[in-house]
Amino acid sequence: MAQIFAYIVHKDGVADDTALELVVAAKKLDASVDAIAVVTGSGAELDTVCNDVAASYKEVYKIDNEALAYPNAEVVRKALVNVLPADGIVLVPHTTFGMDLGPGLSIKMDSAFVADAVDFEGVDGSTLKVVRQEFGGQVSAHMECDISGGAVINVRPGPFLPDESKSAGGQVVDKSGDAGDLAVGRKYLEIIVPEAGDVDITKSDVLVSVGRGIEDEENIEVANELAEAMGAVVSCSRPIVDAKWLDKSRQVGTSGQTVKPKVYMAMGISGSFQHLGGIKGSPFIVAVNKNPKAPIFQVADVGIVADILEFMPELTEKINEG
Amino acid sequence: MEILVCVKRVPDNEENEIELNSAGNDIEKDDLVYSVNEWDNYAVEEAIQMVDNHGGSVTVVSIGDEESEEVLRREMAMGAEKGILVSDDAFEGSDGKGVATILKSVVEKGNYDLIMTGAQADAGAAQVGGMLAALMDMPYASLVNKIEVQDKKLKVGREIEGGDQEMNEIDLPCVLSIQTGINEPRYVGIRGIRKVASVEIPTMTAADLGLGADAVGAGAAKVQRKDYFLPELGEGAEMLEGSTDEIVDKLIELLKAKGGLQ
Ligand SMILES: Cc1cc2nc3c(=O)[nH]c(=O)nc-3n(C[C@H](O)[C@H](O)[C@H](O)COP(=O)(O)OP(=O)(O)OC[C@H]3O[C@@H](n4cnc5c(N)ncnc54)[C@H](O)[C@@H]3O)c2cc1C
Ligand SMILES: Nc1ncnc2c1ncn2[C@@H]1O[C@H](COP(=O)(O)O)[C@@H](O)[C@H]1O
Repeated sequence: MAQIFAYIVHKDGVADDTALELVVAAKKLDASVDAIAVVTGSGAELDTVCNDVAASYKEVYKIDNEALAYPNAEVVRKALVNVLPADGIVLVPHTTFGMDLGPGLSIKMDSAFVADAVDFEGVDGSTLKVVRQEFGGQVSAHMECDISGGAVINVRPGPFLPDESKSAGGQVVDKSGDAGDLAVGRKYLEIIVPEAGDVDITKSDVLVSVGRGIEDEENIEVANELAEAMGAVVSCSRPIVDAKWLDKSRQVGTSGQTVKPKVYMAMGISGSFQHLGGIKGSPFIVAVNKNPKAPIFQVADVGIVADILEFMPELTEKINEG
Repeated sequence: MEILVCVKRVPDNEENEIELNSAGNDIEKDDLVYSVNEWDNYAVEEAIQMVDNHGGSVTVVSIGDEESEEVLRREMAMGAEKGILVSDDAFEGSDGKGVATILKSVVEKGNYDLIMTGAQADAGAAQVGGMLAALMDMPYASLVNKIEVQDKKLKVGREIEGGDQEMNEIDLPCVLSIQTGINEPRYVGIRGIRKVASVEIPTMTAADLGLGADAVGAGAAKVQRKDYFLPELGEGAEMLEGSTDEIVDKLIELLKAKGGLQ
């Protein structure tokens, strides 16, 4: 069996949660192999991360270079191609960084690529069985991946519960000398943080959150009325922000806000992992959706199959009656 | 600027509930409503706006069966000048690399300064753009939600976690994958579609592109989907049933207990 590598995402000297999830993912992929962590970066911050990660991985490859100070995926890709063996299996978190890195890396390593893996179901010869989801999580699929020439696999954050034991007692191996030429045609400039919006949805205990099921801009009013009756704040999924019906500051999800309410009312939201990724602290989730098979019903506490445009006004009215 | 935008015809998430067939190993394909992949539509709009401001032309390309032509025509009604349909049974079963390989051969037949894809399509893979860039040895940026044209370069914003925007400078020619929300795609009416109804859309086959079974199709694919299934996922939600009145009463009771109502 080939070596397994886990790419460690980190920021400000702290490894991302996915670092501990990839240990578990690698074990599920092949229990007989100890995954090797790969950490790229620069300077003292990088050493801090490497030492921290060595508690969870037996071996940690450190790749130190000024060009890697910011994780520009184009630069990281070049370093990995030079450092890692061509037949290795490389696990990368399926985040905005992983989407930037993984596909191109697989081409340059001439290996197979699987995106957004949520589970592994074993290796048979040189065939790895991978589970992923399609159509916004409405159905799952078994993928067969030929790993004989290596593989790059983007692993979804979340499904593999982190191994917090920190008992690996691993060692850091400096691979910086192998990084090679890191010149690329893309230069990182800066991060621009979005302006704060009119409301702070992260402060509200109760959120009435609307998704594409709201159908029309005018119908947002129906959600406003329910929120008012409940003493809640209106939040939403990404398509509502894309359509400019609500401000970006109201978007819940990985590319929006992370919220921790007590109660989350998902109204006409299908339940994509990027949306759910913004909901933390296990709130009581109520889902109303006209599709009885909507994935949101798998994570909600209470589900109602209904048209939100009919259901929300009924609920508002009853609440207002007292 | 000559821009190529890759567009895919996909089942429309808004119009369909995706279900398994009776055998339980594939999705039920009868009665599915198709449209252009949402992300690709934003990419086409962005390309058209760039050409409006800086000159050049937009070409849209789709790999699929004859029905993909309607998607190309729709995007041409928006303002894309040319359409290319790439269609051949030999492409059946291609994995992401196979699709990227086909697109590469299309790119090589033209003279493009910029190639755009959507960030992801129906399978949520988000792979074709990055693969195409790597195959072409062009720089790549994914999840782009802002583009500024500069001399031989673009300044692009990538939307990353939390909605932060990662600004980059990227050399032309390059490949960008476009994130939704970058613009407001224009509306296409029946009249717009009629206007381009008679525009010729050439079809390219594997032979036209010089692609063999060693490079594309099921034979070349290292990754293949074996089946679709519905996982057993524990209990899921408690479903409230009955008349709307009963459901609302029950829900209010639950909300009170959970702190959702005073
Ligand atoms: C990198 C990246 C980051 C992303 N970040 C985010 C993010 O931060 N937040 C986010 O939300 N998404 C994000 N997305 C998008 C995400 O993948 C989904 O596309 C999105 O969450 C879907 O939103 P939705 O559930 O509102 O729409 P859909 O998936 O279209 O679901 C609409 C639902 O409404 C139901 N419905 C329709 N009409 C009615 C009605 N009248 N009554 C009741 N139910 C109805 C339908 O059955 C369906 O289940 C991101 C995507 C990418 C690629
Ligand atoms: N069959 C296809 N024809 C044209 N473009 C495609 C095709 N499949 C994928 N693409 C492009 O690649 C992007 C990402 O798709 P994917 O990697 O499949 O998630 C899409 O948004 C399209 O721009």
